[in-house]
Amino acid sequence: LIFSFQALMGKPYGSLPRKTVPRAEEASAMNFATLWDFSGFAQYSVLFYGYYNNQRTIGWLKFRMPLSYFLVGVGTIGYSFMIVIRTMARNANEEGGGDDTSFNFSWKMFTSWDYLIGNPETADNKFASITTSFKEAIVEEQESRKEENIHLTRFLRVLANFLALCTLAGSGYLIFFVVRRSQKFALEGLENYGWWERNEVNMVMSLLGMFCPTLFDVISSLENYHPRIALRWQLGRIFALFLGNLYTFIIALMDEINLKASYLLPFIIFNMHLEEEKIVKYNMTIWEASLYNGTIPENSTAPPIQVDPADVPRGPCWETMVGQEFVRLTVSDTMTTYITILIGDFLRAVFVRFFNYCWCWDLEYGFPSYSEFDISGNVLGLIFNQGMIWMGSFYAPCLPAINVFRLHTSMYLQCWAVMCCNVPQERVFKASRSNNFYMAMLLFILFLSTLPAVYTIVSIPPSFDCGPFSGKTRMFEVISETLEHDFPSWFGKVFGYASNPGLILPFILLMVLSIYYLNATSKSYKEANLELKKKLQ
Amino acid sequence: MGNKQTIFTPEQLDAYQDCTFFTRKEILRLFYRYRDLAPQLVPLDYTDKPDVTLPYELIGSMPELKDNPFRQRIAEVFSEDGDGNMTLDDFLDMFSVLSEMAPRDLKAYYAFKIYDFNNDDYICKSDLEKTVNKLTRNELTPEEVSLVCEKVIYEADVDNDGKLSLEDFQHMIVRAPDFLSTFHIRI
Repeated sequence: LIFSFQALMGKPYGSLPRKTVPRAEEASAMNFATLWDFSGFAQYSVLFYGYYNNQRTIGWLKFRMPLSYFLVGVGTIGYSFMIVIRTMARNANEEGGGDDTSFNFSWKMFTSWDYLIGNPETADNKFASITTSFKEAIVEEQESRKEENIHLTRFLRVLANFLALCTLAGSGYLIFFVVRRSQKFALEGLENYGWWERNEVNMVMSLLGMFCPTLFDVISSLENYHPRIALRWQLGRIFALFLGNLYTFIIALMDEINLKASYLLPFIIFNMHLEEEKIVKYNMTIWEASLYNGTIPENSTAPPIQVDPADVPRGPCWETMVGQEFVRLTVSDTMTTYITILIGDFLRAVFVRFFNYCWCWDLEYGFPSYSEFDISGNVLGLIFNQGMIWMGSFYAPCLPAINVFRLHTSMYLQCWAVMCCNVPQERVFKASRSNNFYMAMLLFILFLSTLPAVYTIVSIPPSFDCGPFSGKTRMFEVISETLEHDFPSWFGKVFGYASNPGLILPFILLMVLSIYYLNATSKSYKEANLELKKKLQ
Repeated sequence: MGNKQTIFTPEQLDAYQDCTFFTRKEILRLFYRYRDLAPQLVPLDYTDKPDVTLPYELIGSMPELKDNPFRQRIAEVFSEDGDGNMTLDDFLDMFSVLSEMAPRDLKAYYAFKIYDFNNDDYICKSDLEKTVNKLTRNELTPEEVSLVCEKVIYEADVDNDGKLSLEDFQHMIVRAPDFLSTFHIRI
């Protein structure tokens, strides 16, 4: 949305200092390497935060750019919250209704064939779906029937959890170690080392992300859970793995300022940046003075000198840097996914198919058989991708567009991969029943991703030289400015009264009480429902 | 539309209308469908009540029935001789019960007879096994089939004799939400 307005109405490229590439960097701006790194030319494009002017209005519509940027950002996040919660509520409704399990098998047997079918293909599909339905019901029945040796099962489960914890700890330690090493390399100058050392941290994190989930899968076979519950444990463990890796990474970086990728890095960047800002401001005044041939007039009434915008010295722009990091992260994530699919699934399938003839044991049934369709991995990948987008979209407004493009392509690629190289899981179960669980994870990630953005809005001053909020002490001052200038004065007064804590606290209390009340009534309705059902029998 | 048709006497048509759920027009249309299966066997004049029976192969090849795994049992249940060879009366009877106008209890009665493969008035375990295998085209393992059949008997057998009687079956099937919509053939 913002992108289109700016493109339509903002001044064209090149007319404002902020919109052009500084001359020093022009030489390398179009190199593919820098382009790939999303610096250079791409840095100063619409993709990133720094492009947007801080004028109050743009063009003939007097479009309020800063205000709209802010509101769109906040609005997107709020909208996402609402959608997730609404979907969860709808799913909860559906699940509650279909709970009648008496005569389950009988009905499946006697009423599942549709006598109206007159087409052989439809008949085939119907046979397949009936078979799948029976298999699911059988799996459920077997799970509920298992005579468990309780002690053995418990022991195995404890053992499995212990192994999982060891793996998590191991990966955390590995990351810590690698980050320390990379800091050591950085101190000695990056040119002495090859590609591996330079990208060691990223590579290690990606590799961990690829291999640990498989390890968790192996561990979970010890536990002998129902497939749906096993899936949830798997997801939970992978989630813990990623979070743990992230936090270890940040902690390892805390004591040294190192400008590599991290989610919560803005604090670190910001401290350095404040120093830089002062230096640049000082330089700018000196530079302007040099333009006037040495004199520093108090009231400059001289006509503005035509300066090529590319020559104006630029202040550092931390928001753009953060945005860049996010975009880089998304792109590298995309690449990793594609490569994993191609290597993990496709090459494996080709290998199994062609080398089966000249191999000692039967490749198709034994170890590297065709890969199963991995529900948990894919779902988590999607959820994390979405989390990254939410975090990054405030700083790089075009990120959602890039992501839509990426999702389209990866959908087609994965569709093809599934059709040609995957086999379905052996135990059939309906993963879609766990809908609410996935939605809950999504909600959690949404919450986590909005925390950094909200924090930066509320407490960090924006850079003085870039972005729509420059010049203000806090980003949300846009709202107060709007209130002062544009709305009638009584509105401002009312708002002032309404934001008094004495009014807000009772309001919050009221909401908590109403939540409790609604919860209680819904429980009582459910019980009444069950009673009525029993009476009908 | 006058009484121009010469296939049936008016009394015959009235009798058919009373015994089935069809109207005059539908009965005539069904007659033409019956005749189309074997025009050389079926005369155009039924006023003298000819004794014409179409073999099962012709019935089972009708488009409405050819994809149904239970078509043989359906034909056997509704045919006079029990082998699936149907007269016009049987034909009309069959489609009348399977039409959407038939009441639930009537359908349940005939469904019971269809699923009772050995015609002993009880759906026993072997009948259930045959049903499951027809439904899944033999894709389940014998253990799975056995498990399913045990579960069905456990769920529906009220009088605890190890097999389903008509009452057990009716008790279970009238509560099924999609019985009426699936046990329906439109012709």
